[in-house]
Amino acid sequence: MTGNGSWLIRGVTIPGRDEKATSILIAGGSVTAIGPDLDHPGAKTLDAGGLIALPGLVDLHTHLREPGREDAETVETGTAAAALGGYTAVHAMANTDPVADTAGVVEQVWRLGRTAGHCDVQPVGAVTLGLNGARLAELGTMADSAARVRVFSDDGRCVSDPLLMRRALEYVKAFDGVIAQHAQDPRLTEGAQLNEGEMSARLGLAGWPAVAEEAIIARDCLLAAHVGSALHVCHVSTAGSAEIIRWAKSKGWPVTAEVTPHHLLLTDELAAGYDPVFKVNPPLRTEADVAELRRALADGTIDCVATDHAPHPVEAKESEWAEAAFGMTGLETALRVVQRAMVETGLLDWAGVADRMSVRPARIGRLTAHGHPLTPGAPGHLTLYDPAAPAEAVTPAGASKSRNTPFAGMELPGRVVATFLRGVPAVLDGKLA
Amino acid sequence: MNRHLISAADLSRDDAVLILDTSDELARLADRPIKKLPTLRGRTVVNLFFEDSTRTRISFEAAAKRLSADVINFSAKGSSVAKGESLKDTALTLEAMGADAVIIRHGASGAAHRLAGWVRGSVLNAGDGTHEHPTQALLDAFTIRRRLRGTGAAGARGAGLDGLRVTIVGDVLHSRVARSNVLLLSTLGAEVTLAAPPTLLPLAVGSWPCAVSYDLDSELSKSDVVMMLRVQQERMSAAYFPSVREYSRRYGLDAARMARLPGHAIVMHPGPMNRGVEIAAEVADSVRSTIVEQVANGVTTRMAVLYLLLGGTEFPATGEAR
Repeated sequence: MTGNGSWLIRGVTIPGRDEKATSILIAGGSVTAIGPDLDHPGAKTLDAGGLIALPGLVDLHTHLREPGREDAETVETGTAAAALGGYTAVHAMANTDPVADTAGVVEQVWRLGRTAGHCDVQPVGAVTLGLNGARLAELGTMADSAARVRVFSDDGRCVSDPLLMRRALEYVKAFDGVIAQHAQDPRLTEGAQLNEGEMSARLGLAGWPAVAEEAIIARDCLLAAHVGSALHVCHVSTAGSAEIIRWAKSKGWPVTAEVTPHHLLLTDELAAGYDPVFKVNPPLRTEADVAELRRALADGTIDCVATDHAPHPVEAKESEWAEAAFGMTGLETALRVVQRAMVETGLLDWAGVADRMSVRPARIGRLTAHGHPLTPGAPGHLTLYDPAAPAEAVTPAGASKSRNTPFAGMELPGRVVATFLRGVPAVLDGKLA
Repeated sequence: MNRHLISAADLSRDDAVLILDTSDELARLADRPIKKLPTLRGRTVVNLFFEDSTRTRISFEAAAKRLSADVINFSAKGSSVAKGESLKDTALTLEAMGADAVIIRHGASGAAHRLAGWVRGSVLNAGDGTHEHPTQALLDAFTIRRRLRGTGAAGARGAGLDGLRVTIVGDVLHSRVARSNVLLLSTLGAEVTLAAPPTLLPLAVGSWPCAVSYDLDSELSKSDVVMMLRVQQERMSAAYFPSVREYSRRYGLDAARMARLPGHAIVMHPGPMNRGVEIAAEVADSVRSTIVEQVANGVTTRMAVLYLLLGGTEFPATGEAR
C-alpha cells in the first residue's frame, strides 16, 4: 500500500476508547489502524495533540433550501457549513420548492450533494404530496430511487390527520422506513408566535402551548405501537414531550427522538426584545424545559441532537416578530453548543456526544456508512475537535449563506479543527480544505 | 425618563407622577383663549399609523400641534407600505426626513420596539398589536386621579393612585389597553383586579401585579373604578365565549350592575364602545361615565409625554409663577 492520500493523525484522544493519546491511520477511505506507535511512510501527518476524534457527525434534520430558495442556502453552501461544524452527513429536509415528494426531486438533491462533496447528503422525502397533509407521496418510489430515501417527513408541517399518519407509518415498514413527525397540532397553534407562558402573556404574542406538541407525540406513539412501525419525533421542545417519549420507550415501542442545540441552551426570555432571530418552530421554551431536555438527552430518552438548521435571508428576519420567518441556523455551532449545554454541565461525556451526534442519528437515518465508532476498518469519516479552545464569541458570518444564528455574540467553547469524509479532509485547520 | 415610551413598564413611579403633574399644568393652560405653546417649535413629529385609528391619531396630532411641532401624518393605506415596503425601510425613510419623534400604531406586537432599533428619534408606542398602549394607560391614570384624588396644585400634585381599587373587565388576552393599565396603575399604587371569562385571560396572568376574578358581580361593590374593555365579536367564532348575549349577561356593565358600585365610583372605557355588549347605553351616558373626559385628557396627557420625551423649552407659565 502506498502512502498516497493517506493520513496519520498523531496525539489524538478517542473518547470511550482508553482516553490515552494515540494515532489514527486513514488510508483508502477507511480507518486502517489505531495505536500509539503508528508510522506510515508517505502519509501526511496531522499533529492532533489535545484534540479528540469523534466519528463524523450526522445531522438528521437540515434545511438546505435547494431547490427553490437558493437565496437562503444551497446544497453547496449548506454542506460547507455542515463540514465546518464537523458533520460528514446531513439529512436534507423535504420542504423545498418544488417539494421533495417525488423520486425526481430527491435524486436531484442527492446528486447536488455528491457534486458539492463537502459531506454526504441524504434526502428526506415528503410524507404527503406537496406537504399538504392530504394524500401520501410516492414513498416507495423515493425509497427505490438512487437517493435511497428511508426517512420521510412533512417537517415544517405536522401530519395531523391521524388516519394518514397511521397509513404512512404502516406503509414504510415495507422498506424499513421511518416517519419523522413535526409534532404540532395545527388548531392549537393557529397564529401562534411564542411559547405560551409568562413571556407570551407579557409581550402580547399569541401563545404556542406545549400541549400542541405533546398531544401529537402521545397520539403518534400510540399509533406507532399499534402498527409496529418506526416513529421519529423531530425537535422535541418541552419537558412533557420528553416524559411521553420516556413512557413510550419504557413500553418497548419503536420511537426515537431528537432535540436541537437551541432548545438545549436558549429560552423564551430571549424574545423580550422582539428580535425575530429568536423566532423558531417549535418555539424556545422555558428554563425548566431546557433542564428536562438535557436530562432526557443524557439518559437516552432523546436519542440524538439534530440541528434543524433553517437558513433565512436577512429580510425574512428584519421585520416585526409576527411577520418574520421561523428558524435558526445551527450546523456551524452545534458541537460547541452541545459542549456548553451537555459536557460542561457534566451530563454527557465525549463518548456520549459521539453516540448522540453520530452513532444514533446514523442508525435512525438508516445510513449504514456513517456513525461507526472509530476502530480499524471503520469508514474514514471523522471529526477532530479541540474542546480546550478558549470560548470565543460566535460570529454570524460563516459558510452558510444566511446569518440567522441565535448564538451571535455568545461566547462558546471549542473548535472544529478538521473533518474527514471517506478519508479525505473536507475541513483542515478550521477551514474548508 | 427613557428616550422612548414603548411599554408602561418603562415608567418608574416618579416618571409616571411627573407625567400626570405635567398634564395637570397643561390642562390648566388649555383653559386659556390661546391654547398653543411654542415649546416644540421646529421639531418634527411623525404619526406613523399602520392601523386605522382616527381617534388616537387625531389625539396625538392635536397634542403635537398645540406644542407647535410640525406634524407629518403617514398612514399605511395607499402608501409605500401598501406596496410591500418593510417596516425597516419605512423607518429609514422617516429617519432620512429628520423625524424627532415617531408615534407608531401597528398591528404587530413589538413593532414599536423594533422601530426604536432603527431610528434615532424618540419612539412613542400608540398601540402595538396585543402588547401595549402606554399613553392610553397614562390618560386613564390621569382621569382617575383628577376624578378621585382632586384637582389643582393642592389636590393631586405629586400623588399616585395608592389604595384605589380598579377593576378591568373583558378581553384582557387581546387587550393592549389592559396590559399597559395593569403595569402603570400598579406602579402608581392602585390595586388592580381583572374580571373576565378564563378564556380571555392569559394563562400566565398569575405572574402579573394584579388579582384575577371570573365573577364580575363579586367585584362591583369593592371597586372605585370599573374599566370596560371592548369585546370583539369575532372572538366568538374562535370559541372564546358562546355568544355575545351570554358575554353581555355575564360580563356586561348594565344599569343594575352600575347601581351596585359605591357612590363615588367611576366607569371608564377606552373606546370605541359596543353599546349593548360590554356596556349599556344608560351606563355609558351616566354621570359616572368618564368616557368623553378620557378623550379630552388624552390630548393633554399626550402633550405632556411629547414635551417630556423631546425635552421642549419651558412652558411660559410654570408652577412657581402661580
